[in-house]
Amino acid sequence: MDFSDSPDEAAFRAKAREWLEANATLRDGSEKAQDHFMARDADEVARARDWQARKADAGWAGLTWPSAFGGRDATPIEQVIWNQEEGRYAVPPNAFLIGIGLVGPTVMIHGTDDQKASVLPRALTGEDIWCQLFSEPAAGSDLAGIRTRARRDGDDWVISGQKVWTSGAHYSSHGILLARTDTQVPKHKGMTMFLVDMSDPAIETRSIRQISGSASFNEVFIDDLRVPDSARLGAESDGWKVALTTLMNERFSISVGRASGGARAEELIALAARVERNGRPAIEDGEVRAQLADFIARQRGLEFTSYRVMTSLSRGEAPGEEGSIGKLLLGKLRQEMGAFGMELAGSGAGISAATGDDVARWRNEYLTAPGNRIAGGSDEIQRTIIGERILGLPPEIRVDKDVAFSEL
Amino acid sequence: MNFGFSDEQDTIRETLARMLGDHATLEVAHDRLDSGEGFDTATWSALAEGGWLGLAMSEAEGGSGMGAVELAVLAEEIGRSLAAVPFLSVLGLAVPAIQSAGSEDQRKSLLPSLAEGRTIIATALAEDGGLAPHTVAAKVVQDRLSGQKSPVTFGAEATHALVAAKDEDGTPRLYLADLSASGVTKRALDPIDRTRPATEITFDNTPVELLPGSDPAAIQRLLNGAAVLAAFEQIGLAERVLALTTAYAGERRAFGRQIGSFQAVKHRLADMFAKIELARSNAFFGAWALASGDSRLSEAAAVARLTALDAVQFTTEESIQLHGGIGFTWAADPHLFLRRGWQLKAELGPADMWRERLLDNMADAQRAAS
Repeated sequence: MDFSDSPDEAAFRAKAREWLEANATLRDGSEKAQDHFMARDADEVARARDWQARKADAGWAGLTWPSAFGGRDATPIEQVIWNQEEGRYAVPPNAFLIGIGLVGPTVMIHGTDDQKASVLPRALTGEDIWCQLFSEPAAGSDLAGIRTRARRDGDDWVISGQKVWTSGAHYSSHGILLARTDTQVPKHKGMTMFLVDMSDPAIETRSIRQISGSASFNEVFIDDLRVPDSARLGAESDGWKVALTTLMNERFSISVGRASGGARAEELIALAARVERNGRPAIEDGEVRAQLADFIARQRGLEFTSYRVMTSLSRGEAPGEEGSIGKLLLGKLRQEMGAFGMELAGSGAGISAATGDDVARWRNEYLTAPGNRIAGGSDEIQRTIIGERILGLPPEIRVDKDVAFSEL
Repeated sequence: MNFGFSDEQDTIRETLARMLGDHATLEVAHDRLDSGEGFDTATWSALAEGGWLGLAMSEAEGGSGMGAVELAVLAEEIGRSLAAVPFLSVLGLAVPAIQSAGSEDQRKSLLPSLAEGRTIIATALAEDGGLAPHTVAAKVVQDRLSGQKSPVTFGAEATHALVAAKDEDGTPRLYLADLSASGVTKRALDPIDRTRPATEITFDNTPVELLPGSDPAAIQRLLNGAAVLAAFEQIGLAERVLALTTAYAGERRAFGRQIGSFQAVKHRLADMFAKIELARSNAFFGAWALASGDSRLSEAAAVARLTALDAVQFTTEESIQLHGGIGFTWAADPHLFLRRGWQLKAELGPADMWRERLLDNMADAQRAAS
């Protein structure tokens, strides 16, 4: 058990730091708050593209991609080291996570040579920005229930339907789209994956405003979008298999990226030292202290859980049991910390932002956290996964498993 | 970074699990609970014969020269087996205390016989249930100890006690008391877990030996190390109770299906798993900090202890619930784990003490940084 960098890891870190030092500015706390992955406006998109292009030029983009596809053959641990080092600098959000983390690896496995050539280099340099057109109004946790249809028409496919919760669709140039191509077979068997151009006029994107007030995801309406058969990714009716590759890579991207997300419990300690509760410094209040210690213990546990995931990855094992709990516990922790921060900052009220920046800061954390408990598999789905795949409990009764989609 | 057990450590675990599985079965645990006999001498002897008690001693000290991570593996397997043995007092506290704070004579005279299982040292740190330094009232004057320590786990079976007491300047130090010496009175207590018998020991002018290196900071380090090992013992316990509850949920049928197929049951078991894994991650950090002598040991120990306490309380209580009516019968297994869980909590202090240690430590770290 060793917690420090191995000599190779230390060398990688030094190299990363050297390049970052020469090409970026260290954070000094004065930066505008920004999301890790979502650009908020055209200016952030432009800055993100510029930064990505410079990284790609210098060989720091698509780190874990094979060098044959322009990557660096880096280990998952090296990716984490890079994330840690890059996180110290004032750099734009990583709007390319879906393209590089999810779409790229899926195309490498299921794509034709032409698809690899057209998708991979442009994803790496940030020329193309990708979004994931999976969820639908009637298919979220139960993704295989999608209704967007793709019908053969000569050599083309014509796609119609609606997608939802599509992060970044409003600034993405391309999308990976799961559609139903056969309704006469059970739901998992009749889907096919496509690569689509988001600038096509048959695609309309409408942003969805979240409870935090920001609008990072979208509804996407697809009305008779015509694509050639060369836009099909993987075999016809093999869409579920292709989607599982994408989702597996999504879990991987989340596990190596997680350690840096969200507010820190230390910020709450600092806040508790600045504000009063019941007429004395909040940090001296027994209830406040108990809560702070509990947050720290849970947050450390999640950090070290991500190190266990990385250890599994670096040993060439699939992320194991420990990977599934981070997703389950993080959202709830953020939500509780947000609520506690609001109460501390607002002297128990937490309602009005007029009392200062602290309230706004923790209110935003509180109103953002519910998304963590839904996106990428809800808490309830995670618990079912843990129960069935890890603990081996008997599966849910699935009444739709062997029924043709058209009969559901 | 390598944040997991090595192949050698996994082999140690398998060997230990087999050995403990032969000796410390749940039938044995039930028998000990019924008879109130407590100490499982057969398992303790088997651990001694297998060389496990000297695991973390150097070869010169009579041991096999392994480290804190291997000790953590042993702790976890003992927790899983529910063996009624004084692991925490002997291997978690007394041995490291003698190794780090004992004189050369003390190391030479005590460590080999501790490794052989002939000497058993109970830890007598607490008074009136409190562990914090300011609660220590026992006092040593001219190498003679007077005061009352309680609870002392395995106090009746131990040959010696490691006692926290104030020296003539009022500073808490650690002393070794031979329990056959003059002025020692024992009174049996009724602990929640009778497989972990507890005693109140009164010392009246009892001759003791100071561990010369046991200044207050050293005592805190010892407590931190013990908390990390206890966390592994707690995790082993919690994993076992989760496993047997999961098995029950797969067998028991109601409304025409296995109860484990209902989300109300399945999701509770998933929450049990998540709490255990969170505690395990913190315990790993603790084992690493303990093995490497890292300065973050006190933080690591506190977070490991806090999440382990939570995991044990949740898994043991919910295990009883998910077993239904049978779960709160004396003959069923779940209460064995619930009782041991509370005992492990009592022996190293409750969550509020460790929360304060964590926050104090973070305040110290912040001051040091600024």
